[in-house]
Amino acid sequence: MSFALDVAAATLRLGTPLALGASGEVICERAGVLNLGIEGTMYAGAFFGFLAAYETGSVWWGVPVGVAVGVAAGWLLSWFVVTLGVSQHTAGLGLTLGLIGVCDFVNRLVVSKNSSALAKIRPFGQWDPFGWGGVFQQYWLTYVTFLVLVPMVAVLMRRTSFGLAVTAVGENPEAADVAGIDVARVRRRALLLGGGLMGLAGAFITLFQVGSFTLDIVNGRGWVCLALVIFGRWRPWPAVLGGVLFAAVTALQFRLRILSGWSGVPFELLLALPFLVTILALAVSGRGARYPGAYLKPYRRH
Amino acid sequence: MRPPEADHPPAVRLSGITKRYGGLVANDQVSLHVERGEILGLLGENGAGKSTLMRVLYGLTTPDAGSIEVDGHPVRMSSPAAARRAGIGMVTQHFSLVGPMTVAENVTLGATPRWIDRRALESSVRQAAERVGLPVDPTRRIDDLGVGERQRVEILKALVNDCRVLILDEPTAVLTPVEVVGLFATIRRLTEAGLAVVIISHKLHEIRALCDRVAVLHRGRLVGTSSLSDVDDDELVALMVGGHHSTVPTERTEPPTEQPAAEPAPGKRLAHPERSDTALAVAAVVVEAPGSGGRRVLDRVTIAVGRGEIVGVAGVSGNGQTELVEVLCGMRRVASGSVHVGATNVTNASPAQVIAAGLGRLAEDRHGAIVPELSVAHNLVLERLGQFRRGWRLDETAITRHAERMIEQFAIRAEPHTRLGTLSGGNMQKVLLARMLSGDPVGLVVAQPTRGLDLHATAYIRAQLVAARQRGAGILLVSEDLDELLSVADRLVVLSEGRIAGELAAAQATAETVGAIMAGAA
Amino acid sequence: MKLQFAERPERSLARQVILPLAAVVVTLGITSTAVVGAGANPLTAFRKILFTPLSSRFGWFEMLVSATPLILTGTAVVVAFSCGYYSIGAEGQLTAGAITATWVGIRLGGWPTPLAIVAMVGAGALGGVLWALPPALLRVRFGIDEVVTTLLLNPVATLVVSGLLNGPWRNSTTHYPESDPIAGPARLPRLFDRSRLHLGLILAVAVAVAVWFVLSRTVTGLRARAIGQAAHAARFAGLRVERTMLGAALASGAIAGLAGMNDVAGTQFKLSEGLADGKGYTGIVIATLAGLTIVGVVGGAILLGLVKMGSTSASRSLGVPSQIAEIITGCLLLVTVALMVLKRYRIRLVRGGGRR
Repeated sequence: MSFALDVAAATLRLGTPLALGASGEVICERAGVLNLGIEGTMYAGAFFGFLAAYETGSVWWGVPVGVAVGVAAGWLLSWFVVTLGVSQHTAGLGLTLGLIGVCDFVNRLVVSKNSSALAKIRPFGQWDPFGWGGVFQQYWLTYVTFLVLVPMVAVLMRRTSFGLAVTAVGENPEAADVAGIDVARVRRRALLLGGGLMGLAGAFITLFQVGSFTLDIVNGRGWVCLALVIFGRWRPWPAVLGGVLFAAVTALQFRLRILSGWSGVPFELLLALPFLVTILALAVSGRGARYPGAYLKPYRRH
Repeated sequence: MRPPEADHPPAVRLSGITKRYGGLVANDQVSLHVERGEILGLLGENGAGKSTLMRVLYGLTTPDAGSIEVDGHPVRMSSPAAARRAGIGMVTQHFSLVGPMTVAENVTLGATPRWIDRRALESSVRQAAERVGLPVDPTRRIDDLGVGERQRVEILKALVNDCRVLILDEPTAVLTPVEVVGLFATIRRLTEAGLAVVIISHKLHEIRALCDRVAVLHRGRLVGTSSLSDVDDDELVALMVGGHHSTVPTERTEPPTEQPAAEPAPGKRLAHPERSDTALAVAAVVVEAPGSGGRRVLDRVTIAVGRGEIVGVAGVSGNGQTELVEVLCGMRRVASGSVHVGATNVTNASPAQVIAAGLGRLAEDRHGAIVPELSVAHNLVLERLGQFRRGWRLDETAITRHAERMIEQFAIRAEPHTRLGTLSGGNMQKVLLARMLSGDPVGLVVAQPTRGLDLHATAYIRAQLVAARQRGAGILLVSEDLDELLSVADRLVVLSEGRIAGELAAAQATAETVGAIMAGAA
Repeated sequence: MKLQFAERPERSLARQVILPLAAVVVTLGITSTAVVGAGANPLTAFRKILFTPLSSRFGWFEMLVSATPLILTGTAVVVAFSCGYYSIGAEGQLTAGAITATWVGIRLGGWPTPLAIVAMVGAGALGGVLWALPPALLRVRFGIDEVVTTLLLNPVATLVVSGLLNGPWRNSTTHYPESDPIAGPARLPRLFDRSRLHLGLILAVAVAVAVWFVLSRTVTGLRARAIGQAAHAARFAGLRVERTMLGAALASGAIAGLAGMNDVAGTQFKLSEGLADGKGYTGIVIATLAGLTIVGVVGGAILLGLVKMGSTSASRSLGVPSQIAEIITGCLLLVTVALMVLKRYRIRLVRGGGRR
């Protein structure tokens, strides 16, 4: 049935940035750091990825630039919350506000300086490696996300000494320290890695889905990733699955708008639906959630 | 067990270690060595600097001065990783284990191969465990283990890392007497293979039972080292307390003569004073561990405390004491059973209702009972704000007056408007004591009241508890310190694995009889 | 090399005074790179942003106009944070307050002004309370982290506004996506001739003073502070943590809702998209900079109000985009919290510490 296939295909497209952002946040939070900079990091990835593509004329440049900006944002946050040990709420929020400010500033200065017309790039086209069409008609980064990056994050957390160290510093940094793990270094690396994935998530929106940059380009999807991490109980696959569910609700409401009988409902209210569903999912699944033992706590030897 | 020969360099040599925290000197020019195959006891009172010294050796604390040699080679212990590479392992007092991870993951933490094959990891940990004779199941999660098993994991963790010097910080604090015997046997066996062991303790008899040599710290300074065969206990005690014997009152204060429950028979018989005479009582209380599917942390516990009586709860911590206190304080719900304060039923009541029923509470963790950012005066009235208000407003004059009275009465070294967080542990505890007693309670629940306090504050707080009993309050005193229980309690109940393992009059209680009850239950 | 921290034994007064000044100077230093990037002279730019507006009566009044909603959102955040409720939802609550105030305001034609204003205050507060209620209930009933839920409701509020403005509330004469203007009596009266300064300032200051009084002088305030600083100890002492926290969360929402009402009834006289414009988030910045003190909130609101307003006017004359205000705001927050750590600790540079 083409309606279902349409929704499924759109779900994977819409779910890609959420899968990337949620995987990144899982890594940060498993290390004990709540990254409230995620919204700003995705925004910066979206903007600077777009800017690179716009200035060079090649959309391919946008991808590494988006990742690099995310890594840089992760480094900045690590300086505040790991090195200095300031409140993770404050530092993350400050990072988001600052990054959004910088992007809007540069956007005004470089991209939309004189003309009121929206600057555009030619985004990546869709790709169908098997020639089967339908659900398989996707962007290449969607394939990479679900078949390479998310599995890699899952394996990293579960099957490598780095993942074990991340869990240890997030649960009991004192124990990790006694075991000879450099707590600050592990947390910093988790933030760099997580930041890179968030930057890529943002870049996906401008370089693949939209092809232009607007001020509501991320529009709370970073915050959604925070909820997905709790929903997935700090495990990559369940969090990503939650992201796919969010995307499915979004895709469904897009389709619903076209159907008759729904024309009376303002579409913005339908746009709000996935957020409300997320809060509802949190209300059901977040009860009694076991946060990482050292969540929000800076670590310092005494 | 003796060091093999003397021409070897010692396994570890510490020279001139000095560590200051602000004005406090935790270690002052301490020099010390341990030979291979030797067990060195590090003895001293609380706060003498034993743990600091060992944290320096393990790279957890950076000393202000001094140097460390391992097997004759100078080593900079800049981090635990460096210490581990130098062959030093440490079992910290509060275990350094990651609860949600498995035994195998914990044991190999910090030394895992880049790619983890869980099967291989588990089988290698199982083999290592059998080799050193510390059987544990590598697939179990730490959260599901008891304290004795956790300690085995800790020791195993140190040993698998090619450890030649093992530091144990107060290893017996959490163990039952039977487990202590097992631990000591393990340590002796390990030293036969050449391992050097440093064991921190403030318990003289343990040092004597286990060690070859002893070093005594007092206020950060090394005041003596000696082979154990060359000193007697009196000399060691004199060294520990700095030339003076303990000033803690260990002579018993006589209970009031009208006390009916003063001569209970030993064994399992429970005294049930008349209802009206009961200050506080728990009856057949059952508490289940959250999320454990009904595992009982307290299993049908019944204790009645009469007015003018102190009932001590003895036992190794982690056997339900914390939960018992929380139940009485209104901080934890019971699955079944009842709780009374005086004649009031406070089963599953809120803290406010428990206080209103006339219960005074001194929590196990004093930092969980104070609001450090608020003033001494505000902390003192926090339980009874209703009495210090004028309409909406706080009656600051009355609050200050009350604080001044309490400060004088309880000899608290502070002003009413001092932030509570800036006070010393002893003064904080006095503030909480004042808050508890100013409500003129019928019953008191007191948990670990003197833990970590100096001798002066300890003596003061014990005297206040005895005075409250004299005024007719019934007190349930939970303490890990058997000497404390023996010095103030009228009768003891022994809690083991969430059950009452036995009960005996204080006059008949000794370390041996209480230990026997604990062992019988284990 | 590695930073090492040792707690300072004493807290000197000089440092407490120097800190905010140092934070401003460092922030301006960092943000001057953005100004240079825009091709302007930083000294000129900061003079235009921070001092030029203050050379006229008009400028002073405009500064206060833009500070007014920030005093309210900052105060709202102080109320929630003081009780340990980390709401980041002031942005959405402000928007909700604006929606309800608009709905009421349009219908108040012919009412006597004092009564209409009371109705507007009630409507704004109610909107904020309604928006604050679901996360607060989820927190106190089920322990669901309020940070995430309050954040998630912010974009929802924005979407509701655009849904209304593109649908049922679309302006009936111009057909622009903005609401019909609110009735005359519902508009907050101007305080002076030839100035937009309105009654909202007095309302905001009154709310701030009331919150200061409640937090520092009343039983409820002491309870809230005890819970915010040590929830476990407060519960142990018999305080009803959930009830107090719910109260603080709703009061915070009401005050943030008033900020939305203030914008609708004081300056905009209608509901339009982008009305919140980050003022809820700025409230968090202000409350944090102020160390959760009300005096600090008023001072911080005036400073950031000046920055916002000065940046707008300077952008026209200098070609520095007005978004410089957001950069300064975010940067000031980060610099201040960093300096607060540096104030508490003496920092040493240690060579090669902890490294192989």
